[in-house]
Amino acid sequence: MKVDFDLDIRHLQRVEGHGNIRISVREGRLREAAWAVVETPRFFEAIVKGMSAELAPFLTSRICGICSISHTLTSIRALERAMEIEPPETARLIRLLAMHGETLQSHALHLFFLAAPDFLDLPNVLPLMQSHPDIVHAGLQLKELGNEISIATTGRATHPVSLVLGGVSKAPSKQRLKELRQMIGERRAALDKASWFFGTLRIPDFVRETEFISLRNGSTYPSIGGDLVSSDGVVRDENDYLTMTNEYLVEFSTSKFTKLSRQSSAAGALARFNNNFDRLHPAAREAAAAFGLSPVCHNPFMNSVAQLVECHHILSDAELIIDRLLDDDLLDIRTEYKPKAGAATGAVEAPRGILYHHMETDEQGKVVKADCIIPTTQNNANIHYDLHALAEQALLEGKTEQETEKLCVMLVRSYDPCISCSVH
Amino acid sequence: MNHLGIKTEKIRVGSFDFTCCEGCQLQLANKESTLPEFLSLLDIRNFREISSERHDDYDIALVEGSITRSDEIERLRAIRARAKVLVAFGTCACFGGVNSLKNRMPQDEVVREVYDGKPIETMSSTRIADIVKVDFSIPGCPVSKDEVERVVVSLVNHSLVSLPKYPVCVECKQRLNTCLFDLGVICLGPITRAGCDAVCPTGKTACLGCRGPAEDLNYPSFVQLVSDKALSAAEMREKLGLYNGFGDYLEHES
Repeated sequence: MKVDFDLDIRHLQRVEGHGNIRISVREGRLREAAWAVVETPRFFEAIVKGMSAELAPFLTSRICGICSISHTLTSIRALERAMEIEPPETARLIRLLAMHGETLQSHALHLFFLAAPDFLDLPNVLPLMQSHPDIVHAGLQLKELGNEISIATTGRATHPVSLVLGGVSKAPSKQRLKELRQMIGERRAALDKASWFFGTLRIPDFVRETEFISLRNGSTYPSIGGDLVSSDGVVRDENDYLTMTNEYLVEFSTSKFTKLSRQSSAAGALARFNNNFDRLHPAAREAAAAFGLSPVCHNPFMNSVAQLVECHHILSDAELIIDRLLDDDLLDIRTEYKPKAGAATGAVEAPRGILYHHMETDEQGKVVKADCIIPTTQNNANIHYDLHALAEQALLEGKTEQETEKLCVMLVRSYDPCISCSVH
Repeated sequence: MNHLGIKTEKIRVGSFDFTCCEGCQLQLANKESTLPEFLSLLDIRNFREISSERHDDYDIALVEGSITRSDEIERLRAIRARAKVLVAFGTCACFGGVNSLKNRMPQDEVVREVYDGKPIETMSSTRIADIVKVDFSIPGCPVSKDEVERVVVSLVNHSLVSLPKYPVCVECKQRLNTCLFDLGVICLGPITRAGCDAVCPTGKTACLGCRGPAEDLNYPSFVQLVSDKALSAAEMREKLGLYNGFGDYLEHES
């Protein structure tokens, strides 16, 4: 059947920020498929200029309400490398634990509040609370655990308080760490329940070969700093971020697009998983096997499953970090420093993928230049071309307008886009 | 639902975002231990970030973000026309927030810095109250979920809603923290409105004034304190300018 239809989805719901999907079909042939970001820009690179290095991470935190710990730590890493500040090992561990807390809450938010309702044809999580109370409870338990880790390590769940240049301003108490350790143990059952539930959902069958970009450090699953690598074999130094991203402007979007070896590339949980499978905790590798997920997976809908696999890694690795902190006196947490002129890049694996901040300072320690490249920015081109391929596949399979629309919105949500972050 | 034997009705809310990070809305889904009870007080009619259902029959509109583009003005006016109560939700909505830092520069220069030559529409960051009537403000970057819970419970029970009038210092003392001024750090706790439980100084970092000025604050005495401790006036002004909550005082000084 030769179908004609136009999909024009404005301000797509259940994603962070404002984005539009446009699909146009004439006589059964795809004329146009586009992913357009229409978010209002906030110009962070311009407003951070002239600010003291000490205060700058508190400002860049406000780029994102979901991954503020990542933004803070990325600015801190760039500025510490620029000004040659070496944070103490104890502070480094507390920061890694904070990253785990943020990623766990962000993944749980996406999996249960944003993604899950699609699989059950529900508008949001509220009816799920009635139909699947035990599943929603498990999701809330995981999200709460993530937030509790963030609060214990940074003072607050959103917009951290105690992550500062040179280390951390305050360490969690041993008592708090013991409570967290116990809470993690108690919430494994919630993660198992969540894994079982997502195992029962039908993930759409769609593959478009892509290039996956993430950090890799050779010893642990990536979090803060390391080499920039791609699944096509590119390896670059952290400071060479511009050659990994190659940002360019497109007419129909307020967010820039990026590319590396191909037309587009992807960042995020699936990219990390594909490039660092060997560095996952064995418990997480087991969870991946149970889902039939193995590297290199090119189905973008599996990003949600990769997030779930990472939750297994986070629970196990957080326990190891807490054990190390419990053996520590927690006294050496901040290095004194003198302002210095310099320039460097910080790269961090934020929940949605690799995040770059490049910072230049002057001799007074003021920021003179800044550049931030956001994970969702790096996914926008991939979402755009995926939408094209997915709509064509749907037409070939004779899907209706409604079925095509549903697949397209699910595709965008599976990337867990953080749109206001990508425009910043 | 009933409270002390009196039947209560859910309040119909819409949650909307403008130029912001959406972190304040996200707080609505935080504090998971009381989330089901909190949600049971609300009839969510419109909340794009978490629901694909959109209805225009809300009584209370929570508005996050500042205004930086002309289409936002139209959207905000439409929300105002439908809502019985409009709440400025978070620091960007209440004061313009960090977005207002760009107001110091010509807007075309700001655009050139980030987008090269591409023309992008933007205007000076404006707080919500400069465009439409605001019935109640909940400041904070982000808002405190505890405070949001208190406000919502008050609305459900038709009781008075109010914010603390005293400064963050009061809450900080209650938490038995060492004063940051004694550690050589400029903290805006003496002049900033409380209600956050002094979360920043408790984490041993300065209050940056995200909740705006406390009522009846003694600004000259604060400036004197910074000077008596031989701390930097430039650093004080940098902190006061971060969220645009102290614009009146900064202008007065310069």
